[in-house]
Amino acid sequence: MVSDRAKMILGRMAQALPVVAGVVVISFLLTRALPGDPAAYFAGPAASEASIAEVREALGLDKPLVQQFFLYVGDLAQGNLGTAISTGQPVAADLASRLPASLELTLVALLLSCAVAIPLGVLAATRPGTWVDHLCRVLVTAGVSMPTFFTGIVLIYVFYYLLGVAPSPLGRLDFIYLPPPTVTGFHLIDAALAGDWETWFGALKQLVLPAVTLALFTLAPIARMTRAAMLQALSSDFIRTARAAGLGRGKVLYGYALRNALLPVITTLGMVFSFTLGANVLVEKVFAWPGIGSYAVEALVVSDYAAVQGFVLAMALLFVLLNLVIDIAYALIDPRIGFS
Amino acid sequence: MLQIEDLSVAFRTRKGEVNPVRGISFEVARGEQLGIVGESGSGKSVTSYALMRILDAGGEIRTGTISYGGIDLRRAAERDMRSIRGREISMIFQNPRAALNPIRKVGHQIEDVLLQHAQATRQDARAKAIEALEAVRIADPQARYDAYPFELSGGMCQRVVIAIALACSPRLLIADEPTTGLDITTQKSVMDLIRELARAREMGSILITHDLGLAAQYCDRIVVMKDGRIVETGAPQRLFTEPEHPYTRRLVDATPVVGASIRSLLPAEARTPEPAHRVQDHPVLEAVDLVKTYPSKSGPVQAVKGISFAIRAGQSLGLVGESGCGKSTTSEMIVRLLDPSSGKILFDGQDIAAVPAARFAWHPLRREIQMVFQDATDSLNPRDTGASAIAEPLARMGGLGGRALKARVAELADLVGLPQPLLSRYPHQLSGGQKARVGIARAIALEPKLLILDEPTAALDVSIQAVVLNLLVDLRARLGMSYLFVSHDLNVVRLLCDEVIVMKGGEIIERGPTAQVMSAPAHPYTRALIEAAPQPPVKTPA
Repeated sequence: MVSDRAKMILGRMAQALPVVAGVVVISFLLTRALPGDPAAYFAGPAASEASIAEVREALGLDKPLVQQFFLYVGDLAQGNLGTAISTGQPVAADLASRLPASLELTLVALLLSCAVAIPLGVLAATRPGTWVDHLCRVLVTAGVSMPTFFTGIVLIYVFYYLLGVAPSPLGRLDFIYLPPPTVTGFHLIDAALAGDWETWFGALKQLVLPAVTLALFTLAPIARMTRAAMLQALSSDFIRTARAAGLGRGKVLYGYALRNALLPVITTLGMVFSFTLGANVLVEKVFAWPGIGSYAVEALVVSDYAAVQGFVLAMALLFVLLNLVIDIAYALIDPRIGFS
Repeated sequence: MLQIEDLSVAFRTRKGEVNPVRGISFEVARGEQLGIVGESGSGKSVTSYALMRILDAGGEIRTGTISYGGIDLRRAAERDMRSIRGREISMIFQNPRAALNPIRKVGHQIEDVLLQHAQATRQDARAKAIEALEAVRIADPQARYDAYPFELSGGMCQRVVIAIALACSPRLLIADEPTTGLDITTQKSVMDLIRELARAREMGSILITHDLGLAAQYCDRIVVMKDGRIVETGAPQRLFTEPEHPYTRRLVDATPVVGASIRSLLPAEARTPEPAHRVQDHPVLEAVDLVKTYPSKSGPVQAVKGISFAIRAGQSLGLVGESGCGKSTTSEMIVRLLDPSSGKILFDGQDIAAVPAARFAWHPLRREIQMVFQDATDSLNPRDTGASAIAEPLARMGGLGGRALKARVAELADLVGLPQPLLSRYPHQLSGGQKARVGIARAIALEPKLLILDEPTAALDVSIQAVVLNLLVDLRARLGMSYLFVSHDLNVVRLLCDEVIVMKGGEIIERGPTAQVMSAPAHPYTRALIEAAPQPPVKTPA
């Protein structure tokens, strides 16, 4: 039994490897298909034909595509993603500093969103047609129908400008704090590890508004899916059996119904996570958040192919990882998976 | 012990209020086995949900009292109800696999109930759960404790459901169609188990079923319900020999028993002489060494192991067996939806197995072999009206169109007894019997030589089953079709078929004229099948 399950999870992880290989090929080809000549851009506006050719040679762009690919893979193996033109930094370093910022924002937003949406969905499902149900519907519709940049600006206006309780929306940390020593890149975790609670609190204050903005946007799919899955679970035969056996309300609701309802909710969560990671560029812009979304947009605008390539690769790997985690979570919750 | 007085239940729906139970009164004595019999929509299940106070949202008890050992269940606090459910009164349900939490080990589900009612502590819960599994005679209870419902057979799941219900030794057990969907031998062992446990524990029970024969065999007293009311109460023997209410008489008539003829299933006034059908000597279909092998994780599995049989023109052949015996695989190969691994299917001497199933839809013989499916609802496209369902084969293979098509559809509707105005309705607007008629009309539209009937009445109420079976008898005489009748119900096969084949484990273990196989079965398995069928009291000829 257990070894079967473990074998299945290992097998699923092995299946991710060819996907990663495919991702490497596609991210390489995709960036080669970008319009514009990076060599011309790199050489600068005053460069002559000769100097552009020189730069092209230095960048390795004059070689055949297949050779370029193997050079790229060789560099990748050493963790070298090339140098970003716009920042002048190695792409790997840029990603390492910016990806945690985006991840921290997205994860906190999703945690917040789940903490509100799942109980809300459960409440709405147990009392369909009552005020809780209607409140749930109004809240999620409002959340999803307002664009994130608009919600963000409203929140800044109210909490920073009018009430003055929020800090200025300028990045991950106010300048009066020093960033905590980098361990994970997540300010909240790093500050906690360093025991620097003042910085931790400062980072949290910066995080609240953008996280709430994103959370409001992601509330709708999670709450709706929880409600629908709970309604379906509650009307199934095994809930009737549990009720007829006299099990307590809590046991029936959480032990039996919610655990079955969680399966579709986890699927939704994975999809929400994916699109949030891509879509939070607007939130990052509004709150001057030094995240990966704004970085990618800037790189794309100037045909900074190394940076774009690095971004596409990082995101794709992240999605592969995410799907893997979701599949494994599924297998852990549902014993039927991998056997039928 | 349990007394119900003038109970009525109402449901609020979008179309207004529905009253499934309208003022019923009955009682169950200590240790008594009561049967509640009725067809779908009679309110028998709702009655049991009402007395357990587990009605679905929107349902409420309107009038009446429910008194259990002096406690007023209608007014008891929800907390008190919770300690009564499972502890004093337990319930088991139909479709046992769905009645168990799919993602929780069955042992844990039993423990949940034991812990809820303080019948076990965390330390001894496991041992007591295994004991409960032992009590329902599950083989190897230690190992089954860790099983999930999807790893168990249907009969095994029902045993687990019974174990959950009986874990806390209740004094009343309500069994709501506990054997629907189970094989006939499994049905017998489950019902025997319930009866035996009820006797050993001096436990009262209520058996809710649509099968009067089953209730007659296992109950001391039977309550017959129709449209939310009780029409008659009495001992099984009395109900069968001298039913008072006309509805009870109809139910008794429609229950297939030994010695019944197909016309005797119908109400007395509808019994016309049974038309004779002519069985010819030449075979319309011959199956020769049919084999079907499925690949599986643990190597190939032979679902059908080289069977041979013939259906003569005009003959009705019964194909009988329990789930997993290969009868569905066989019928799907004959109807050319599935390719045999080897063997021949000769139709009028032509080997149709040589044509792949995927291409058989364009074969000229496609129209000669048609099928009536088991589930009348699922086999109709919900977005097609009855008329368009019947018209489809005519338009595709019959080359009919326009007015001729319409006229033929009307003619077919008359043939199967479907009122013309119903033709424009969608499946959800039709009753089970009407949907079965649409399915039959569609299958006979092209006047096939061979009709394969895959448990065509399994999902129907007995009175509808009686009508559909008689319709099939009439059609066979009129159109001269041969039938391959696939069923697990020997009592029905007996009524309809000239010859019968009994399958087990992918092989034919017995074959012969129906009457001979039924009265003197040669194979022990055939005997077990015949004995497992409910044996209601012999009714008086009407």
